[in-house]
Amino acid sequence: MIHVDVALRRGEFTLEARFEAPEAGVVALFGRSGCGKTTLVNLISGLLRPERGRIEIGGETLLDTASGRCLAPEARHVGYVFQDARLFPHLSVAENLHYGLRRSRGRAHIIEYDEMVALLALAPLLDRRPHSLSGGERQRVGLGRALLAQPRVLLLDEPLASLDAARREEVLPYLEALRLRLALPMIYVSHAFDEVLRLATHLVVLEAGRVVAQGSLNDVSLEPALTAIVGAAAAGAVLEGQVFEADGATGLARVRVGHAGELRLRASGMAAGARLRVQVLARDVILSDRAPAGLSVRNALHGHVVSLEPQGEDACRALVDIGGAQIVAHLTRDAVAELRLHAGGEVWALVKTVSLRSQVFPLDTRAPAPATKPVTVSAHEQG
Amino acid sequence: MALTAAELEALRLSFAVAARSVLLSLPFATLIAWLLVRGRFRGRFALDAFVHLPLVLPPVVVGYLLLVLFGRRGPIGGWLYEAFGIQLAFTTAGAALATAVMSFPLMVRAMRLSLEAVDRGLEDAARTLGAGALDRFATITLPLMLPGILAGAVTAFAASLGEFGAVITFVSNIPGETQTLPLALYSAIQTPGGDAAAARIAGLSLALGLGGLALSEWLARRVRRRLGQA
Repeated sequence: MIHVDVALRRGEFTLEARFEAPEAGVVALFGRSGCGKTTLVNLISGLLRPERGRIEIGGETLLDTASGRCLAPEARHVGYVFQDARLFPHLSVAENLHYGLRRSRGRAHIIEYDEMVALLALAPLLDRRPHSLSGGERQRVGLGRALLAQPRVLLLDEPLASLDAARREEVLPYLEALRLRLALPMIYVSHAFDEVLRLATHLVVLEAGRVVAQGSLNDVSLEPALTAIVGAAAAGAVLEGQVFEADGATGLARVRVGHAGELRLRASGMAAGARLRVQVLARDVILSDRAPAGLSVRNALHGHVVSLEPQGEDACRALVDIGGAQIVAHLTRDAVAELRLHAGGEVWALVKTVSLRSQVFPLDTRAPAPATKPVTVSAHEQG
Repeated sequence: MALTAAELEALRLSFAVAARSVLLSLPFATLIAWLLVRGRFRGRFALDAFVHLPLVLPPVVVGYLLLVLFGRRGPIGGWLYEAFGIQLAFTTAGAALATAVMSFPLMVRAMRLSLEAVDRGLEDAARTLGAGALDRFATITLPLMLPGILAGAVTAFAASLGEFGAVITFVSNIPGETQTLPLALYSAIQTPGGDAAAARIAGLSLALGLGGLALSEWLARRVRRRLGQA
C-alpha cells in the first residue's frame, strides 16, 4: 500500500492531505493549479518536510514525525520526474542516465540500462547534450534517468504540462508502455483529466490542500467533487469494460461493462477480448422512461435511477445503474419532473456511439516486453 | 625591443607570484562564495564586508596590516617562522600572499555570481537520484560554477600581475625575489635613463593584460557552449 498522511502550513496555504492507494498501478493526484499537488509529491520525495505526518510505501516508512523518523531524499529511493525535466546541462544524455544508475549499487534492479534505452527509444540521443533536445525528448530522458536509479516508487510531477499536444504524444505512449512493463508504483500529478483517463488506475482529487475524493477511477468519476473541478462539460462516468464482440459488418464493437451492462462502440482497431476504458460524458446522456424506437442512437441502456441530486437552480444530476455499471446524466429539472424520474425507477439511458468513440482508452493494446514476467496493470486485476 | 635578463626575471616572477596567489585563493574563495550564497548563519553580512575590505582599503594599508600580522615578529608570521621556518615578509611567498589578499574579493565576486545562477532544482534532482551533499557539490554544483571559477581565476591572475601597493609595502622591491613587473616598472621610472626600460615593461604589461582578457573571453565562451547557455 501507499499510505500518505501529511500536514504542512506555508503562509496562507495549508496542506492537510491523507490518502491510501494500492501499490500496483498509477495513482493520479488530480486538481487545479495551486491545490497542493506538487507540494504533496515534494513531501513524498523528501525535498520538503511536513510539520507532521507519516509516509509509507511498500511497507517502508519514509517519514513518521511521531517517531522522529525522516529519511533524507537521497535515501528514499524515490524516482522523480520533474515538470521541467531538470537534466544536468553539463552532462550528456548518457551521463545523465548513468547518474542515478551509478548510485543505485546494491539495490534490486527493476530495469537495466540497455532495456531502458530501447524502451524509451533513447539510442539516437545518447551523445547529445540536454540543451539540444526537444521538450518531449527531455522528458523521456528524465524518465529514464529516474527509473535507472531503481526507485521503489516513481513520482511524475506534470511531466507533460510544458509540452504542446504534439509533443505530448511523443511521451504518453512511453508512459503507457512503462506502466505495462514495470511493476512499479507510480504517482502521477496532473491537472489534465485526459492524461488521468489514459494512465491512472487510482485517483486522488485535491482541492485547496485537501483530498476531496479518492478511489478507483470509476468510483471517483461519479463524485460531484470531481465535476466541480473538471467542469460540467467534461464530467462523466468512467467505465472499464471488455470487448466481447467486434463485428466488421456493422462496424460496431459490443463491450461488457459492469456485470450485465453493454455499450456499443465503433469497432475500428478493437479486437474481441480487449479491455478498455470509456468515458460517458454526463451531458451526452439522454434518459427515457420507455424503450426507445425509431432512433439512430445505438446505445439504449436499460437500468434504474440510483439517485437524483439537484444542481444549481434548474439542473439535476442523475446517477443511473446499467447492469452493475453506473453512469451520470445531467438533466434539467423540467425533464426530471415530466418523466417523473425517481430513485429506483426504471429508465433507459441513450448515448450516441459516436460521442463515446473519442473517449475510448485501450488498457492493454501494448504487449509487455518479452522475457519478463508480464505485469498488466488495470483496475480489473485489482478487483 | 629585446627584454633584458632582469626584465625577463621580473616577468617570470610575476607569473610565479600570480600563479601561486590564484592557487592559494581558489579553495578559500570557493568556500567563502558558498558560505555567502548558501549559508544561513549570523555574521554572514560581516563576513561579506570583511571579504570586500581589500577593494575599499588603500593597498598600502593592506600591505601594512600584512606586515604587522605576518612579519617575523607578527603574531601569525612569528608562529609560522618558529613552527615551520616559513618566512613571508620580503619573500616571493609573501608577494603571493599579498596579491592573493588583494585579488580575493574579485575572485569571490565572480564565483558568487555563478553560484547564485546554479539552479537549486538540479541539486534537488541529484538528491532524488541518491547523491549526498558532498557528491552533489562535486558532481553538480562545482561543474555548473565552472564559468565563474574560471572567470574569477583569470581576473584574479590579471590583478595579481599588476598588484603594486600591497606588495611593495609587505615584501619590498627585491629583484629576483619580490620585484614583479609593476615594481620593476616603478624602479625603471626612478632610475635616470630608464625611460626605454619603462616603456618596454609598460608595453609588456599592456600585452599581458589584453592577452588575459582575450583568454578569459575565449574560455567563458567555450564553457557556456558546453553548458548550452550560449
